[in-house]
Amino acid sequence: MSTSQPPSQLLPLAARTAGAWAAALLLFFPLGWLCLTAFKTELQAIAVPPLFVFEPTLENFAEVQRRSDYLLFARNSLITSVVSTLLGLLIAAPAAYSMAFFRTKRTRDILMWMLSTKMMPAVGALLPIYVLAQTASLLDTLPALIIVFTLSNLPIMVWMLYTSFKDIPPEILEAARMDGATLWSEFRHVVMPLSIGGLASCGLLCLVLAWNEAFWALNLTSAKAGTLATLIASYSSPEGLFWAKLSAASLMAIAPIVVFGWFSQKQLVQGLTFGAVK
Amino acid sequence: MNRLLPRALMAPAVLTLFLWMIVPLAMTLYFSFVNYNLMQPGEHPFAGIDNFHYFVTDPDFWPSVGNTLLLIGSVIAATVVLGIGLALLIDAPFPGRGIVRVLLISPFFVMPTVNALLWKHMMMNPIYGILADVWRFFGAEPVDWMTDWPLLSVIIMVAWQWLPFACLIFMTSLQSLDREQMEAARMDGAGPFQRFFYLVLPHLARPMAVVIMIEMIFLLSVFAEIAITTAGGPGNASTNLTYLIYKQSLMNFDVGIASAGALFAVILANVVAAFLIRIIGKNLD
Repeated sequence: MSTSQPPSQLLPLAARTAGAWAAALLLFFPLGWLCLTAFKTELQAIAVPPLFVFEPTLENFAEVQRRSDYLLFARNSLITSVVSTLLGLLIAAPAAYSMAFFRTKRTRDILMWMLSTKMMPAVGALLPIYVLAQTASLLDTLPALIIVFTLSNLPIMVWMLYTSFKDIPPEILEAARMDGATLWSEFRHVVMPLSIGGLASCGLLCLVLAWNEAFWALNLTSAKAGTLATLIASYSSPEGLFWAKLSAASLMAIAPIVVFGWFSQKQLVQGLTFGAVK
Repeated sequence: MNRLLPRALMAPAVLTLFLWMIVPLAMTLYFSFVNYNLMQPGEHPFAGIDNFHYFVTDPDFWPSVGNTLLLIGSVIAATVVLGIGLALLIDAPFPGRGIVRVLLISPFFVMPTVNALLWKHMMMNPIYGILADVWRFFGAEPVDWMTDWPLLSVIIMVAWQWLPFACLIFMTSLQSLDREQMEAARMDGAGPFQRFFYLVLPHLARPMAVVIMIEMIFLLSVFAEIAITTAGGPGNASTNLTYLIYKQSLMNFDVGIASAGALFAVILANVVAAFLIRIIGKNLD
C-alpha cells in the first residue's frame, strides 16, 4: 500500500480525508449559506438560531429583477470580460512570443517593468483616468471598461504566456524555420498547439479577474455600463431586512462565473504556475 | 530572421503599457502641485508642496500606511501557511478529492463586492450572523466584528478569497515533487517533519515567491472589501492607502490632495516592488 501512495503525503489516509473534507466544507460554507439564504423569506433569513430547513421561495429572484435590470448588468459583465480577455491575448501573445523566442539581455528587465506597472495602485491612476474618460465622453460606457480591464490584466497575461512559451524547446522552432515556416504558421502550427494549455489558462484567469473587477467598475460606471459587481454594490446602502434579496442578487451575480470556474478549474490550474514548476 | 521583428511583436504591449503608466502618472504629478477642487471651478493656481504637506500631516496618513502593510502581510502569511497545509492535504488521492477541489477553489471566483456583503451581513452581523451563533453556542458574547475588529474582518474576507489561489499554486507545484527522492528519504527513516522541512518546503520556494508577488500586486489595492463594509472606520481603523486617497478624491473632491496621496501610494508600491523584484526576480527565469 505505502509504495503506491504519492510520497509527499505526511499523514494516513483517514486523517487526510477527514481534514480535507472539513477544510473544504468550512471554506465553502459562506457560499453555501448564501445559496440557502437566497431561497428564504426575509424573516427566515434573519432567524435566530439560523434555519437550515425551510420551504424555498423564488420570490427574491423575481424581486431582484423587478428592482434592477439584472440582464443588462449581466450582459455588460459578459461583454467587458470576454472582449477585454480576447483583446489582451491579442496584445500579450506576440509580446510573450518575442520575449520567449528572441531573448535578449533586457528581456527580464522588460518583464519586470511590465509587472511593476501592475503594482502601481489603481487609485493612483483613478483621477487622471476619470478625467480622461470624462473628456472623451467615455464615462459609464463599455469601451472605457474594456480598455481599462485589458490594460490592467496585460502584465499578468504577458507573464503567464511568457512562462508557458518558454517551456517549448527552441529546437522545434528552429526546425520549423528551416522548413521555411512563416511567423504566422510557426505560431499557428507549432507554438499554439504546444502551449494551448497556457493560453487557455491565461484566458480563463483574466476572464475571472475582469468579471470580478470592482474598483474601476464602481468608479467609472453607473446605470448604463455597470457590471454585476456594481449592481451588487447598490445593495450595500439600504439597511434593514434585505438579506434574502441581497443573497439572491449575489447568487445571480456570481453563479455564472463560479459554475464556469468549476468546469474549467482543471484547465485553469494547469497554467497557473507562472514558471514556478520546473 | 529580421532584427526588427522581435521589437515589432513587443511594441503593442510595451507601448500601451507605457501610455497606461506615463499618462496618468504625468497628470497626477501635475495635479499634485496645483490647487484643484472639483467643487471650485476656475483656475488651478500653483500650490507648491501644500498638497503633500496636507496629506502627510493628515492624522489618517500613517495609520493608513500601517494598515496597508498589516493587511498585505497578514493575508500573505495566512494564505501561504494555510495554502501549503491544504495543498499537502489534497495532494494525494482520497475519497471525493474532485469535489473537495471544486469546493476549495470556489471563493476565488467570488467578486469582492459579494464577498464583502456576504461576510459583513450573513457571517459577521453581531445578532443574526452565523459567527454570532457560533459564539453563543460556545457560551461567549458575540463579537461586533465591524466595530471591534474592523481590520481583522477585512483581513479575513480577503484571506478567504485568496487562500484558494495560493493553495492551487502549491498543489500544482507539489505534483512535480520528486517522488523517488521522497520515498528514498522515507526508507532511510526520515519522519514526516524531516521530509517536510528538508524536501517539501525547499521545493515550494519558487511557488511561494510567485504567490507572494501576485498577492502583493492585488492586495496593495484592496478597495471594495473596505468601501462596502467599514468605509475605512471606525475612525481610521480599517483605512488603507487606497481607501484614504479614494476618500480625498471622490468624497472630498480635492484632486490636488488626492493626487499627492496617489504619488505616495506609487512610491510605496515601488519600494515594495523593488524589494520584491530583488528577491523574486531571479526566481522567475
